[in-house]
Amino acid sequence: MRASYLLGKLAWALFTILFVICLNFFLFRVLPGDPVRSGVRDPRLTQEAQQAIRERFGLDKPVINCFESLNPVKSGPCLINPFETQFFLYVRNLLTGDLGISYHTNRPVSTMLGERLWNTILLIGAGQILAIILGMGLGILAAWKARTPIDFGALLFSLLAWSLPTFWLGIILLFAGSRYFNLPLGGMITPGVNFPGAWARVSDMLRHMLLPTLTYTIVFLGEYMLIMRSTLVDVLSEDYILTARAKGLNHFQILKDHALKNAMLPMVTIIALNLGFTVAGAVQIETVFSWPGLGGAIFEAVGRRDYPMLQGAFLLLAVSVIFANLGAELLYSVLDPRIRAE
Amino acid sequence: MESTSVTSLGAFWRTFRQHPMAMIGLVMLLIAIIAAVCAPLIAPYDPKAIIRITIDDIYTRPSPAHWLGTDDAGRDVFSNFIYGARVSLTVGLFASIISIFIGGTIGIVAGFYGGRTENILMRFTDIMLVIPDLPLIVVIVALTRPSLTNIILVIGLLGWTSTARLVRSQTLSVKARKFVLRAQAVGASRPYIIRRHILPLVLPLIVVNTVLVISLAILNESTLSFLGLGDPTLLSWGQMLNYAFTRGAMSAGAWWALVTPGFGIVWVVLGCTLLGHGLEQALNPRAETHHLAQLHEQVARPASAAARFAGEPMSLSSD
Repeated sequence: MRASYLLGKLAWALFTILFVICLNFFLFRVLPGDPVRSGVRDPRLTQEAQQAIRERFGLDKPVINCFESLNPVKSGPCLINPFETQFFLYVRNLLTGDLGISYHTNRPVSTMLGERLWNTILLIGAGQILAIILGMGLGILAAWKARTPIDFGALLFSLLAWSLPTFWLGIILLFAGSRYFNLPLGGMITPGVNFPGAWARVSDMLRHMLLPTLTYTIVFLGEYMLIMRSTLVDVLSEDYILTARAKGLNHFQILKDHALKNAMLPMVTIIALNLGFTVAGAVQIETVFSWPGLGGAIFEAVGRRDYPMLQGAFLLLAVSVIFANLGAELLYSVLDPRIRAE
Repeated sequence: MESTSVTSLGAFWRTFRQHPMAMIGLVMLLIAIIAAVCAPLIAPYDPKAIIRITIDDIYTRPSPAHWLGTDDAGRDVFSNFIYGARVSLTVGLFASIISIFIGGTIGIVAGFYGGRTENILMRFTDIMLVIPDLPLIVVIVALTRPSLTNIILVIGLLGWTSTARLVRSQTLSVKARKFVLRAQAVGASRPYIIRRHILPLVLPLIVVNTVLVISLAILNESTLSFLGLGDPTLLSWGQMLNYAFTRGAMSAGAWWALVTPGFGIVWVVLGCTLLGHGLEQALNPRAETHHLAQLHEQVARPASAAARFAGEPMSLSSD
């Protein structure tokens, strides 16, 4: 039972990744038309140079079948075998970790993304952990003090936090922080400084991390609080809580030993479902704070019309979210044995 | 008792009026709509007028001539702010119509027909739910020409997943009710049952969801514009923030150019959020008290109240 559940989830995640790969390939082939025309659009290039670039990037090969383009009317003679199509080459290159060459820097996209992946994980990780801890804490407090001014205040705060555009909150915090608290204007580390020791380096990075992490925390805090509060109120209305009270347990014991375990399950689901929004937050926060991560890479690639970079960053983000979702589902099945039995 | 106790839109409205939060949200949205419609009457300057400016007109502080100062092009921030409501509300309205139509159709069809249809539709929904929305929207808009129509289409065509799931589960619970089973038994056609029995009971939920979908669409539009992917011919709130942020408002200390557009977004989205939250409570009233709450109802009643209760006949209903 357990193995088939695991395999089913894994197969589903792989199928989703395959869908994303196809989507990623066709979006970039279909929407802008010829990648050479859009990417290497320089009018100074001669016909020969354009043809050389086409051949170098494999763009002289048919997209997916023997048709010249996806438009079947323009189909040419059907002589090419499917292993020489662009789609096959794309998938084969993906499997070897080759995401193409950046138009902007001429370096491999996979190397550039690899440098940035950990920066994003660091930022999202810190922000999410803080948001989860604070959100759960506030949610427990609000549920325990249900229908008091504390509860109402926490509710209003969460609704307001949910309504704030992430990038705008970042701008406001950056404006206030750089003006009044002498915090850095962006980036991950002060450039051109020879740090005397590891500690000086870390503390400089923490100063850079403070505002983006704070933005992250505020944006996600509200939703976690609302979910924690409403599930805990539901759990606390159950009869076994009354039994626990009748046994003479105090509120702290009831919350800790009886209520919280059951209230945790919806939290795991919400955190998993939130991963997509997490990435959306990363794009905005990294843009505002010039944080060198994947989200910032998307923004820069858009501005530079660097399609291989954009394509690679989107694929990496989507695949990370799919895996994180898979992880959350498996964690859920460990926490709640009833799920596995279904 | 079903999870939704509301039976019609009329009853729904009566419950809704009793929720102050929802009323405040509604009023906030109405103010925004009035500002958008009457923008030429409210705004002191025409944002599209050709003006001649000098270096001193850039990022001027708020003054009687310019209530909220000027921006990087010497334009009146307050006027741009009022006109910006038009873009946000247009995108929110039209994108959510598309999303709700797709999500509602998929949800009802999947929930009502069941079987393989449901399986395929919900699997597809699951895939779309996992793919991160914003990066996908950014990619598509970056590859196509960023125009208002494209932005509305992309946001609308990608924003239906949560609606589909919600509507499906509500359809499933309505489908199991006796009167639907009876209608099927007497031979009513499926489209007839959907139109006559399912839709009226799913509609309140769709209304609540619409409000939230609108707010997400507005947030997505402003983010796109802030990232430089907005319609270059329109001045939306996100676009204003993009100009201010990339053209030195930060170093000029021009807080008015940074705060004002964001305030507009928060106003509309918060209005939607309050309205949605209130509607949800009206639609799905929850027990808001529990066994650890220290409420006056649980404290011993004063003698007069006890006497009043004793005089009443016993009733099992709790509302």
